[in-house]
Amino acid sequence: MSGQSQRLNVVPTVTMLGAMKARLVGATRGHALLKKKSDALTMQFRQILKKIVSTKESMGEVMKTSSFALTEAKYVAGENIKHIVLENVQNASLKVRSRQENIAGVKLPKFEYFHEGETKNDLTGLARGGQQVQICRAAYVKTIEVLVELASLQTSFLTLDEAIKTTNRRVNALENVVKPRIENTIIYIKGELDELEREDFFRLKKIQGYKKKAIEKQRASAKGFAEDQIAEKMSLQRGISMNAAHNMLSAAAGKDEDIIF
Amino acid sequence: MAGRAPIATKSSALIAMIADEDTITGFLLAGVGNVDLRRKTNYLIVDSKTTVKAIEDAFKDFTTKEDVAIVLISQYVANMIRFLVDSYNKPIPAILEIPSKDHPYDPSHDSVLSRVKYLFSAESVASDRR
Repeated sequence: MSGQSQRLNVVPTVTMLGAMKARLVGATRGHALLKKKSDALTMQFRQILKKIVSTKESMGEVMKTSSFALTEAKYVAGENIKHIVLENVQNASLKVRSRQENIAGVKLPKFEYFHEGETKNDLTGLARGGQQVQICRAAYVKTIEVLVELASLQTSFLTLDEAIKTTNRRVNALENVVKPRIENTIIYIKGELDELEREDFFRLKKIQGYKKKAIEKQRASAKGFAEDQIAEKMSLQRGISMNAAHNMLSAAAGKDEDIIF
Repeated sequence: MAGRAPIATKSSALIAMIADEDTITGFLLAGVGNVDLRRKTNYLIVDSKTTVKAIEDAFKDFTTKEDVAIVLISQYVANMIRFLVDSYNKPIPAILEIPSKDHPYDPSHDSVLSRVKYLFSAESVASDRR
């Protein structure tokens, strides 16, 4: 698309020019602000990326430890601990709470876990291996802690990704579509106004020329009329013909302007 | 921002799980398990007899439930329903792929981690060019 076709459809007036200039200022400021927001989000995004990678790697370690703890508990308390645990499920005592964090106008969810009610399964492994079971429980609670942190990081990652895309789209739209369009409109209005001024100037010149010509014509006719009158007077006084009077007058005028007779 | 779903701030939410029996046992021991009034559990134990259909249904069920904030899924289970996991793109509930005892963890299969790695490499290439 050429630049000429990309302009707003407006009436080229001085008022419109002012309005367009105001809009350009607004678009420029908005563009700068959005750019700043995008930069802030990208910075946050990179930090989260780094954290996600390190937490994902540590998650493997934590899971390994807790699996081992479970194996230990099973060995001590017997294989049937599994069934006891599975049968004892009622209500979750370990839950997740979510709250929001605001980063440059983007709301990011943050999870945190908390205990609700007393811990059940307290009698699990009462006969034997109770301590191992408790250690295993602690290991899994620690795992949950890491996993919850990872979940909030991951959620922030997805949300931020979306937000950055939207912001960048807006920045690009302002920079590549809105601003050039307004600039083109301003150039168009200025051009039209200049053209109008030139036309006005030309018209005034032309009128002046006409007026000058008319005045000269009038002056010439007045002069002719005066000469005629003088010649008539002379001819009346001397009784000679009009032609002779004319000649005499021109001859006198040739010698000295002041002396008419 | 109108297109994005609002993030609900709830006082409490559950952690759902789809994994093998041992992993589930461990997390239940920690106190994650929940059984609602209709005797529906917030976890699914996957063994050799569990069908892919059942896993799919459980995954869809957990991701659409309102009181679930995080869904933990064993990576080998996630590999069975990879298309579902990859096509899932909502921020809440968050899907976390966890390693299981019998199957070593492979970061290259993780849908989120692969995106992270992709972005990382793209960014490092971009910064090199500058």
